[in-house]
Amino acid sequence: MKRLLLLFILLLAACSPQATATPQANEPPSAVPQATVPPATEAPTSTEPQTLTVMTHDSFAVSEEVVKAFEDANNARVVFLQSGDAGAVLNKAILTRDAPLADVLFGVDNTFLSRALEADIFEPYESPALQEISADYKLDASNRALPVDYGDVCINYDKAYFTEKNLAVPQNLDDLIKPEYKDLLVMENPATSSTGLAFLLATVAYYGDTFTAYWQALKDNGVVVVDGWETAYYTNFSASSGKGPQPMVVSYGTSPAAEVIFANPPITDAPTASILGMDTCFRQIEFVGILKGASQARQRALAEKFVDFMLSQQFQEDMPLQMFVYPVNPNAKLPDEFTKYAQAPEQAAKLDPDLIAKNRDAWIQAWTDVVLK
Amino acid sequence: MTQTSSHGDTETRRSLFKISAFSVSLWLKRILLWIFPLTFLAILFFYPLSKILALTFDFNTLTSENIQLAFDVLRFTLYQAILSTLLTLLLGLPSAYLFARFDFRGKALLRALTAVPFMLPTVVVAAGFTALLGPRGLIHAIFPLSSFNFIGTLTAILIAHVFYNTTIIIRVVGNALSSLDPKLEAAARSLGADTFHVWWKVIIPLLRPSLLASSMLVFLFDFTSFGVILLLGGSKFSTLEVEIYLRILKLPNLSLAALLSVIQLLCTLIFSILYTRLVSRSTTQLAPRPTQQRPKTFQQKLFVTVFAVLLTAFFLAPLSALPFRSLFRLEADRGQRGEVQYGFTTDYYTELFVNRRGSVFYVPPIRATVNSLTYASATVILSILLGFPAAFALAKPTRLERILDPLIMLPLGSSAVMLGLGFIITYGKWLTLPWLVPFAHTLVALPFVIRTLQPAIASIPERLRQAASSLGASPFEVWKNIDFPILRRATLAAATFAFTISLGEFGATLLISRPEYPTIPVAIERFLSQPGGLNYGQAMAMATLLMTLTLASILLIEKFRLPNSGEF
Repeated sequence: MKRLLLLFILLLAACSPQATATPQANEPPSAVPQATVPPATEAPTSTEPQTLTVMTHDSFAVSEEVVKAFEDANNARVVFLQSGDAGAVLNKAILTRDAPLADVLFGVDNTFLSRALEADIFEPYESPALQEISADYKLDASNRALPVDYGDVCINYDKAYFTEKNLAVPQNLDDLIKPEYKDLLVMENPATSSTGLAFLLATVAYYGDTFTAYWQALKDNGVVVVDGWETAYYTNFSASSGKGPQPMVVSYGTSPAAEVIFANPPITDAPTASILGMDTCFRQIEFVGILKGASQARQRALAEKFVDFMLSQQFQEDMPLQMFVYPVNPNAKLPDEFTKYAQAPEQAAKLDPDLIAKNRDAWIQAWTDVVLK
Repeated sequence: MTQTSSHGDTETRRSLFKISAFSVSLWLKRILLWIFPLTFLAILFFYPLSKILALTFDFNTLTSENIQLAFDVLRFTLYQAILSTLLTLLLGLPSAYLFARFDFRGKALLRALTAVPFMLPTVVVAAGFTALLGPRGLIHAIFPLSSFNFIGTLTAILIAHVFYNTTIIIRVVGNALSSLDPKLEAAARSLGADTFHVWWKVIIPLLRPSLLASSMLVFLFDFTSFGVILLLGGSKFSTLEVEIYLRILKLPNLSLAALLSVIQLLCTLIFSILYTRLVSRSTTQLAPRPTQQRPKTFQQKLFVTVFAVLLTAFFLAPLSALPFRSLFRLEADRGQRGEVQYGFTTDYYTELFVNRRGSVFYVPPIRATVNSLTYASATVILSILLGFPAAFALAKPTRLERILDPLIMLPLGSSAVMLGLGFIITYGKWLTLPWLVPFAHTLVALPFVIRTLQPAIASIPERLRQAASSLGASPFEVWKNIDFPILRRATLAAATFAFTISLGEFGATLLISRPEYPTIPVAIERFLSQPGGLNYGQAMAMATLLMTLTLASILLIEKFRLPNSGEF
């Protein structure tokens, strides 16, 4: 026992977590290591860096150098709190409204927007950067939630499967219930997955009150339902590394681009593509807001700067390859892989956030009654 | 308590004084034993949980519709938990016997292997099972005619539960079996009992405390099952925990979630009280007698071979999919993909060390490993330090322990998501302190540690202790020569549980997440959240790393088992 204890104590002593708040750029040694070391000479004159806490979901990602640029410019230290998926993050923010865990919240999307606004967790902020952004994305007139990015939930298909079987690729929602596509589609449960919910909303937008009849038909045509995107994509979808049984999956319009970027060895053509027919995809817009309670003027000023920064060209151009979403800032240039392999629908389905907030639970229940029972 | 008072007044008075002094010191001892475990539970469990329940519980949710829903869900939850527990016992008991009684080649490795699933994230286990039993899995490739569906069935849920929890039976019951004197069996046999009767009349009654303790742990794990139900059960099955998760995070209805949490907690409390009643009626005190032998008779050889092969196949087959997928790109099963190369590759491992996209959230594998190991070691120390005094007190129960005993199990039977919310509203910004992670892991590990130590402590023969002290042995010598040999085995089993629970724990790490302190499960999750072959390969590589790490750690921990007995 003693030896064991000693071993553990040694282990503990040897490896207490050695992370720093801002992970250092992990560049190859050739790339001027001095650049990443905080300039020690500047320290005596400047004040302590001010800490800004940003609460966000697990899918959030950003480049180190981009964050560092913001930190250097504002003598700030940015701490990211990743707190689960978008729904979990919002719930936590609402529960801690009186003593907020963070200054800024990023990641509320249009399916949750009304809930966030009703709970009144954001302070309005009219960022100058908003002027350039299309009105299509500004869903909150009082600017409590500011749009940052958008993306489309679309059906991806396995190109090889359809070529090999000599099968025409379905063009829209109506096609999916045709017998030739029986048992070919896997989707996420809207009750457990935001991707699945977006697909359900696309059918609600397209079919209106008769959407349950459509789902009955889709169920009869063998739609496979799984808990979440990871299972759908990696376990069930045939064109992913999981090599599953279904050649069609509810995923994102940008997924084919990711398949190229994360291919090993590199490939020149995406193994998947999206079905882009009218109203087949659902558009998700993600918002950022300053949390109420970040009341200190100094903190609020820094939070505003961060929001401006998220809408700036630098951050907006970094986003596509980090999170596989589109920038709302029209000046941001898209990376090559995006223009080549990511596909945007001719017209994505949209629903009013208030309508979604009011009916979300009822729609999910109706869907569950038809598809799962 | 054994005082005699036959020598007149002064003696009587003195012994009376002794008795009261004894009971005072007894109470002092009890308080000392309980103060740290109870303070820990109060701060990390009872306070945050009652705070969130008080905030969200609402009597208006007690509509007949909601009660009907709760009842339906509860019925399935109980049904699958009972079935899973029985199946786990079915595989676990013979396996425990195998490890406790026989010596065979590769035993240490196989024993360690059975504990590996315990810490694997459900996504990874699901990937393993799919690779084996999925529609395009190995079994299907060998028997192309079998068109059975595995994922999304009750069978998948049950098999996954057995896969996860068999190790609990092996370790807890196995420990008790190893200290059971085989002469008892021999005696029963020589008196004419057949194998069935030997088990039914001799072994099972003697194993009762450890059987009950381990079955209870398995049952509670199945009762609050969450990931397995969601991922392998598909969308058709729902347990209380799944419903609570849905009501908190997806279909926000916190008061209904609170109602379901309360029901779940009450059930756990009832099970725990029943358990305490059952256990208190049976304590077996046994001398430790490490008895392991190579199989001799034909029957023994057959048993050992069949079970060793069965266990290896059951645990290795789904697990081997991970290292395989981390080293091999899959075959091209259709035309059109000529430009992609297939076959062996180490790219997924080398790629782990490259932050290709320069992301802030890049997880260097070494740092994730170091963080995981640090948290796991801290969890072991913390849960053993807290678990020992509590287990000591529970092993010799007074009225106090009868009350406290069922409460110990509550953390296992309460909703993790609900408790998470409780943490957030109670401790707010403190949640970002990284050292809270091992504390949260200890909350899950503590019931295991206590339930592993408790039957072992209770089995220490009091008469041996008394004999030793009457022969002049100091308390330390008594401890060293009598308590320690029995407890060492149980302590190592408890440490293994705590270690693996911490290594694989994902929820608490996320709850208290700061990107600077990622663990391996967090890293796996990050890779799996984006499309692309490289991401999938790296997730598998990371999972393989986690598996290897666990296997090595368990082997290392178990190296400390009874070094004098020549078990290895």
